[in-house]
Amino acid sequence: MSDELYQARIVALAKSRAGAGKLAAPTKSARRDNPLCGDRVTIDVKVEDGRIAGIAHQVRGCLLCQASASALASTAVGRDAAGVAELRHDAERAIGREEGKAHDPFDAFEPVANHKSRHECVLLPFEALKDALS
Amino acid sequence: MTFDVAAVRRQFPILSEIIDGRPVHYLDNGASAQTPLAVIDAVRSYELTSRANVLRGVHRLAERATELYETARADVAKFLGVQPMEIVFTGGCTAAINLVAYSYGQLLKPGDRILLSELEHHSNIVPWQLLRQRSGVEIDMIPVTTDGQIDLGLLTELVTPKTRLISLAHVSNVTGALIDVRKVVEAAKSVGAKVMLDGAQRAPHGPLDLKALGIDFYVFAGHKAYGPNGVGVLWAKPELLEAMPPFHGGGSMIGRVTFAETTWAPPPRRFEAGTPPIGPAIGLGTACNWMAALDWTAAHDHEMGLVQRVLDGLQEIDGTQILGPASLQNRYPVVSFMLDGVHPHDVAQTLDSFGVAVRAGHHCAQPLMDRFDLDGTTRVSIAPYNDNSDIDALLTGVRYAAKTLR
Repeated sequence: MSDELYQARIVALAKSRAGAGKLAAPTKSARRDNPLCGDRVTIDVKVEDGRIAGIAHQVRGCLLCQASASALASTAVGRDAAGVAELRHDAERAIGREEGKAHDPFDAFEPVANHKSRHECVLLPFEALKDALS
Repeated sequence: MTFDVAAVRRQFPILSEIIDGRPVHYLDNGASAQTPLAVIDAVRSYELTSRANVLRGVHRLAERATELYETARADVAKFLGVQPMEIVFTGGCTAAINLVAYSYGQLLKPGDRILLSELEHHSNIVPWQLLRQRSGVEIDMIPVTTDGQIDLGLLTELVTPKTRLISLAHVSNVTGALIDVRKVVEAAKSVGAKVMLDGAQRAPHGPLDLKALGIDFYVFAGHKAYGPNGVGVLWAKPELLEAMPPFHGGGSMIGRVTFAETTWAPPPRRFEAGTPPIGPAIGLGTACNWMAALDWTAAHDHEMGLVQRVLDGLQEIDGTQILGPASLQNRYPVVSFMLDGVHPHDVAQTLDSFGVAVRAGHHCAQPLMDRFDLDGTTRVSIAPYNDNSDIDALLTGVRYAAKTLR
């Protein structure tokens, strides 16, 4: 059988564990829970001159949440809050919440578009990062 | 006696649904069971031939509606082995527990203690926390054993002279463990405490004799017991209902209203303010009759045979762990498991692609998840209409998840 949701790119992103762990001296940390499913993401960021100089995540959650956190960690360094917002737009485009085509690596999440109950799994790391930058 | 599962299945049209070319293997009965034609017909018949408000009008449709509604109350009472006037229709099981927490809670004093357990559903925790905020009662908690049962060995030290109520799941919605009611009632009686059982996961598996259990309150949900959504049941001993003040105010629950003073109607109407869920209650009465007509000795054997098939099948898959009793003793057909290295939601999503419906997550039992340091579990919950093909599809899906997602 072919499973539409768990395509190779999403599985690979999750297994890459890019940015998984903690930062030694984060500027700020934030934790977000998804009250519906219990997924939990903690994001550490190191901010220099308003831009992300380092990022790490701890995910107790599903494969989609892990993959999203990895994709975010691999693209967030060097960005300011507006730049992170751009990444979120990309993720929202991938899951069909916004018009337009998502870019790599978030286009990997396009199979999630048809699974509305899983959208929050992809967006939870963004919520945690938003809190960490606020 | 052989259980004719095919004959039961034929009464549930939804089980013949084909979604994306696959049959439905519905193993999420603990969240919401499916509904037999008899229930659908009863609700439809009410809507088509008898729709009106109850207890108010004198016209013939109102008489019909009232007759059906009160017959449903009698049907539920018979299913529970109690009297009709001891049955309160609520909006659901959660609403029934909130009713008790509010109305019975009004009779409690600061410093009185409520005893719960670590495996309770949030709906048997949070209403008591709200009561604690309102009135200063204290909450105690019975821990669970490593195999997911409420540790009744600790009852004697946790039940105190200040304990006024012990409120526990009759069957755990996560581990499937059945509680030893006799032990709980014995401990409660030793200090004059009341006992409430959350029957959400027990009521769907056959008639009860609440009087024989010796408890004081029982609650369950219509939609988990093959009835419609939007209705639940509270049973309480008549002297307790009589002593309890109302929960909601409004029409139907009054004796006489003046701006100076309002008096309350006797139970059960005191607790049924406003227009009740008439159609759903009628459907639930029919669901209770439908359950009562099954041979539950055979049905229970059938359900537990499927549980054994799940347990045996999971054991053959590397890295699976069961959260709950390992044997079939003192358990009902709810099985929670973990698959090492794969999040429960990913297991459930993969199962969905095999047509298998299960529940994954914390099951509204976060304290229990914390106890075992779990993100969640995948839960299989079985009804009499499930068969071997459902379990085999489940096991095929779990094997696939184990192979592809870790």
